[in-house]
Amino acid sequence: MDAVSIHSRLREKFADRIVSVEEAVKDPFTVVEASAIVDVCSFLRDEAELQFDVLCNQTGVDYKAAGYIEVVYHLYSYSHRHYVILKVRVPRDAAVLASVEGVWKAANWLEREIFDLLGVHFTGHSDLRRLLMPEDWVGYPLRKDFVEPAEYHGISTTRESLLR
Amino acid sequence: MSLVNSFSQGVITTTADQFLNWTRKSSVWWMLFGLACCAIELMQTQGPRADVDRFGAAPRASPRQSDLMVVAGTLTLKMALRTKVLYDQMPEPRYVIAMGACASCGGLFQLAYSVCDGVDKVIPVDVYVPGCPPRPEALTEGILKLQEKMMTETWLVRRPAVGAQA
Repeated sequence: MDAVSIHSRLREKFADRIVSVEEAVKDPFTVVEASAIVDVCSFLRDEAELQFDVLCNQTGVDYKAAGYIEVVYHLYSYSHRHYVILKVRVPRDAAVLASVEGVWKAANWLEREIFDLLGVHFTGHSDLRRLLMPEDWVGYPLRKDFVEPAEYHGISTTRESLLR
Repeated sequence: MSLVNSFSQGVITTTADQFLNWTRKSSVWWMLFGLACCAIELMQTQGPRADVDRFGAAPRASPRQSDLMVVAGTLTLKMALRTKVLYDQMPEPRYVIAMGACASCGGLFQLAYSVCDGVDKVIPVDVYVPGCPPRPEALTEGILKLQEKMMTETWLVRRPAVGAQA
């Protein structure tokens, strides 16, 4: 199935819970309402002619000027060999989103990484801890307004670099 | 009359310091501590081609029985605290080689938010080996340099405690 027909299937199933569809770009994507993401993902996985059995990647982007964080889902189907991209927007100051760990187990570490670096809190996640940064780290490094602390446990983070 | 070489074959004379240093430098057990891609070269250094076992250096999987820590790779802030703990677990005399650009100064990743730029911010370093990554020959040279340093140690002279005023 190509992107256009997958998008139209989503539209007829979820109607206005699909915010918008972008098909004129290189990688067509669908923007889904935040409250609908688990339903949409379960539908994509279980529907016989869609069967998206793999969550290839899940990542996040901080759009500071627009005031939201976008979580991006890359899905692939091994049985039908088609793929789709979903995007969900959550506000920066209240970044809470339902976890899709119950749909694809692979989301466990991917969501931990997004939580670690962008500060999106995934409700229903089984083990939402920081993945890359130290456990007692303060702040989310990939947010555009992140200010690096001057030191971490007595280790200075001031870099004497020729690049600065 | 000098005692040096004054006996017939089978007996050598030396100083206590020199003898102690010779035994220590001839069995440098280094801790397995690979953090990134430098660890691949570290393994090759121990392998049959470079073979630092010729110089008495052998890998050891425990800090409690190691003399040398070869910090091989990018040190993240998360790992920096654990590196300090591992260093503290090593018995004295202990030595540290910073292998490669990352361990020496942060290297390519020094501006990253998660990277500690240089292991010498956490523990004292004896030998810096440049390179990205250094070849096994370079690390071998680093170990030989460390052995030279070990031979200059004076164990029988009472020294002030570390941090005490001279």
